[in-house]
Order: sequence, then C-alpha cells, then structure tokens
Amino acid sequence: MLKYANPTFFLPLVAKLLPWLTGATVVAFAIGIWGAFFSAPADYQQGETVRIMYIHVPAAWLSMFCYATMTASALGTLVWRHPLADAAQKAAAPIGAAFTFVCLVTGSLWGKPMWGTWWVWDARLTSVLVLFVIYLGLIALWQTIEDAGRAARGAAILTLVGVVNLPIIKFSVDWWNTLHQPASVFRMGGPTIAPSMLWPLLVMGMAFTLLFTTLHLMATRNEILRRRLRRLAIQTATGETNAQPTHRLTMTGGAE
Amino acid sequence: MTESPFSFPTFRLEAQGLAFARGGRTLVEGLTFSLTNGDALVVTGANGAGKSTLLRGLAGFLGAHAGTSLLIDEAGGRETIASQAHYVGHQEGSKPALTARENLTFWQAMLALPGVSSDLTPDAALARLGVPQVADLPVAYLSAGQKRRVGLARLLLAPRPVWILDEPLTALDGAGQALLTQLVKGHLAQGGTLIAATHAPLGIKSLQLELGGAA
Amino acid sequence: MSANLRPSPLMALFSREIRVARRLGGGGTMGVIFFLILVTIVPFAIGPDLNLLSRIGPAILWIAALLATLLGLDRLFQADHEDGSLDLMLTSDTPLELIVLVKCLAHWVVTGLPLVIAAPLFGLMLALDPQALGAVTLSLLAGTPALALLGAIGAALTVTLRRGGLLMAILILPLAIPVLIFGVSAASASISATTPFWPPFLILCALTLATLAAAPFAVAAALRHMSE
Repeated sequence: MLKYANPTFFLPLVAKLLPWLTGATVVAFAIGIWGAFFSAPADYQQGETVRIMYIHVPAAWLSMFCYATMTASALGTLVWRHPLADAAQKAAAPIGAAFTFVCLVTGSLWGKPMWGTWWVWDARLTSVLVLFVIYLGLIALWQTIEDAGRAARGAAILTLVGVVNLPIIKFSVDWWNTLHQPASVFRMGGPTIAPSMLWPLLVMGMAFTLLFTTLHLMATRNEILRRRLRRLAIQTATGETNAQPTHRLTMTGGAE
Repeated sequence: MTESPFSFPTFRLEAQGLAFARGGRTLVEGLTFSLTNGDALVVTGANGAGKSTLLRGLAGFLGAHAGTSLLIDEAGGRETIASQAHYVGHQEGSKPALTARENLTFWQAMLALPGVSSDLTPDAALARLGVPQVADLPVAYLSAGQKRRVGLARLLLAPRPVWILDEPLTALDGAGQALLTQLVKGHLAQGGTLIAATHAPLGIKSLQLELGGAA
Repeated sequence: MSANLRPSPLMALFSREIRVARRLGGGGTMGVIFFLILVTIVPFAIGPDLNLLSRIGPAILWIAALLATLLGLDRLFQADHEDGSLDLMLTSDTPLELIVLVKCLAHWVVTGLPLVIAAPLFGLMLALDPQALGAVTLSLLAGTPALALLGAIGAALTVTLRRGGLLMAILILPLAIPVLIFGVSAASASISATTPFWPPFLILCALTLATLAAAPFAVAAALRHMSE
C-alpha cells in the first residue's frame, strides 16, 4: 500500500486512473442531472425549488468527506512524515472550501423561497458556516508559512484539532439553536424521502464524490510537480548539483 | 578552573547513520560517530554546509531524516541527547526585560538535572565569566559580548555532560574567547563532552568533522 | 542541599512569566483598558437604551473578554522563539506539555483574571442587575482559561510568523464558538426566562476542563513541529 504512496509510483498511477475517473464523473453527472431535473417530481410543498437539494446535499456531504480526507492525510504527515500526505492535505483544503461554499450558497438560495430571507441562523447552516471558516483558516495557514514541510505539519495539527472540535461545535450550535428557536424550520433527508427523489440524490452524491476524487488527484499531482519544479529552481539558482552531501571525520591535536 | 568538585559518570554518545535535511535538502547523510567522556567533536564547513542543522538535530530540535543519536550510560540505559545537553545557539535565551541574575536563576532551575547540582550561584557564575557587574542590569542594556557571557554562565549553573555550542566565539572579545576555551577545557576535564561548530580553533584536541568538503 | 532550596522548574517558569509580563506593558492593565474601551464603544454603536444594553450586556462582556484575551497571545511563544528560550526549554527535563500549561496559566493570571475582576464593574455600566453580574463573572472565571488555552494552539501554530496575530485570530475564533455559546448562555440566565444557569455553566466547566487536558498536547506538538 505504502508503495503507491511513493511519488514515483503515484504519478504514473494518477496518469492511468485520471481518464477513467473523469469518464465516470461525466457519466454519473449526466445520469444524476437528468434524474434530478427531469425524472424526479417536484415537491408538493416546495415545488421546483426542491431540486436545489440535489446540489446542496451532495455538497454538504463532500464538505465533510473532504475534511475526513484531510484528517487521514494529516495523520500521514505527522505519523509517517510522508511528503505525499503533505501534498494531498494541501490539495484538499481549497476543494473542500469550494464544496462547503457551494453548500452555503445553495442553502441560502433554498432558504429565500422557504424562509423569505437569504440567511437564517439555522443550526445546520451555521455549523457548515463554521466549517467553512475553519477551511479558510487552514488555507490561510498554508499560504502564510513559507517552509512547505513546516506548513504541512502546522496544518496537520490544526486539522486534527478541528476534527476533535467539530463535533463539539456541532453540539454547541444545535444547543444554541434550540435555545433560540425551538422548532427546526424544515427537515429533509432520512427515510421519509420518496424513492423517486432518493435515487437521483444518491447518484448525484456519487457524482460529486467522483468529481472530488478526480479534482483531488489532479491537485495532489500538481502540488508534487510544483515542489519538484521549485527544488530544481533552487538547485539551478544556487548552482548545486544533485551530488550526495559529503563529510569527513579526522582527528586533530589542538595547540596545547 | 581545575577545582572541579565532581566529574560526570561514564557515558557514550552514539550517532548512527544520521541524516538531516533542511528545506527539503539533505545536508548531512550517513553520519556515524561515537564520543565518550572528555571527547570533543568540532564541526567545520562552509556557510550553508549544515553545521547549525546538524547541531540542532543532535540537540533534538529537528527530527532526524534517518539514523539515531543517543546517550548510553554505564548500565546501558539510554537517554536522548537533548535531555543531557546544553545547547548554545545564536540566541542566548535571555529575556531582555529581566536582569542577568533573574535570567540565570530561571535557567538554573529549568535546566538542572536531577541528582547533579552545582553550588554555584548566578552571581558567582557571572563572576567566573568576568561580568560580575551586570547581575542587576536588565539584559536589554548589555552589549552583545556581555549578553553572550550571561548566556554562557548557565553552562556552569546547571551541569550537563554534553555541551552543544554553535559558533560559541561569536561576539566575544579576545579575553572572552580565552575564557571560553578555558571553560571548555574544564568541562572536558570533568568528563564532559563537547560538540561545537566553529570557524576559529578552540585549541583543544578534538575529532574534526568537515561538512560538505570534497573528500 | 542547595538543589532543595531552589524553586522547582515550573515555579521558576511561572514567576519568570509573571515578571516579564509585569515589566512589559504593566501586565494585565492593558487588557483591562482594552476591555473598557470595547464596552465603551458598544453603546455608541447600538444606542444608550439601558433596557437593550442590560439585555445584551452579558454578550457584550463576553465578546469583549474574547477579544481582550486574544490581545498579546500571539507573543506567548513567539518571544520565546525569537530569543532562543524555546530551544532551551526543549532541552529541559520538564515535559513541554507542562511548560505550556504553566505558561498559559501565567498568561491567564496576567490577562484573564483582571478581566474577570473588572467584569462586575463594567457590567454596572451596562445596567446589569446583581444576579446577572454574578453570572457573568462566574462564567468568565470558568470560561476564560479555555480561551487562553485555545489561543495557545493558535499562538503555537503561528510561532515563527512575524505578523501572526491576525492569522492566529482566524485560526482560533471558530474553535472558541462552543465556549462563547455556553458562556453567554450561562451569563444571560438571569435575564432570559428560557435559560437556566446551571446546565450551560456546567457544560462550560466541562469544556474548560477538557481543553485543560487536551490543549497542552496540541500546543506542545505544534511548538515542536513549528520550531524545527
């Protein structure tokens, strides 16, 4: 398994996988979009606006899935000090932030017809907003620390701190929400959803997951290549060769 | 400085296949050496050859890319070098707002090893380093050389068997350099070990490690 | 002999931290002044209506405390990193986790505790009744240590950055949300009819204890990795 984590194995592997993944993503999206926008019925209460769900819910799923990916990479960075884990972690953060942003925007768009306002401090939406801020913090940390290895370890620690904190934040926000507005405005998902609406949702979830996997592999590959390029640039600039570092041990008598 | 009241117990400092990297570049690789009581290792090399990286690595501040380094005592017990070493780097570790005495009192408490204690007071240590007059001055007011002497005083206050000195002669005047050489000799005579990176010769019999030099 | 007379490493560290803080910027006074200014500007923003102020007073005090706690936190480890102290502490026999805990404790004594002491006074300016004053003060006493420890995580992550203050705030404010939620809930208990005091207060205490137990490990790990 670790063999594939070596960049020299990883890069050709990605090159082989990417066309297939891209194809699968396109097919899944084609089926999912057809299902969501043409096959699935409009909701008898919400009308056509319910179709936002087919983007909103998969985006919410991905916002968490991506954080889980970052957590796994963070462990790889801290425990095995693996450069591929560094790259995977760095590549995942902006993608996760983008999906979280999509989730927030679609939630807001959905909220306008439902609640009559663009933003409601609903427990779910608020938790996702906090997650979005955490993503932004991670990206900021990546961008601020010069040294790549140090940035990776810092971001890894912050990711793990976040993983411990996210359930606590979720719990607090839920508690805070019930305190201030006892009834949840609307519920969705769960077993009450009709099968005709469920299957497009699942297909869209799969399509989003495939899209994430494709984007993440591409971004990780780019990050590895970017690092190689920078190392080469440094070597060229300092006129250094790839020669092994040398040292020599000798015994000397000092002037007594 | 030969009135050494004690000597360090027998130990061996073993480095095996050590490699350290900085900024993604491997600077030292496959370094193996062994030091024991009274030995000194002087590291030389051009700027950027990795002297500071090596010393910071030996002091435990950097994770080794490969290999191990540790202290083995007579009974075969293993310790990290960091827990038994004094590290003197480019900064002194003194708080500018505190007086020299306050700084040294703190480091004496912080760095003392259990079971090994020095009877020296911070004032006496400052006197040994030739700067008894600065004890009550905030370190911010001291010159670079005086600051360095205050920093070096902690080596006497909390005896530790391994000294890791990175360019220890920096900022010291001629008298200061002679004083440091004397301290180092006293330390080696007490059964201590020295690992130093320096351009100027310390005037001691030592193992010489040249980094980055063409073999 | 003399070793027994010497202070323990952690005591020595604690008194050093307090001394340094006292000599630079007068320790806690700056934080309290900042706290006062924040409380002062809120009525300018929302109007001097005492009913409204007394209703949101606990929230104002908590947000002011949150921001005042952040003040100076970015220097908590940065100063030690710059003058080389952090390196030397890493060679100490004392575990870095304990060193971190003592540094945070000293930081809280210098910056957090004065805020707690000043809170009832500033609460009067916001027309809080005695019960609310007590609730705010108690909740700040229980919650500000957690804020300092969470802040220490951010401070450790930004230890090498010259201008790490803003980034530190971005990193840790989301993590402070639970403390804020339960702190303000407990503090507002006497004002709002819907909330009791004890459940949020006890959860706040639990959060602080959990942070006390877990944060030093995160901070120490961050310091080890970031100071490499």
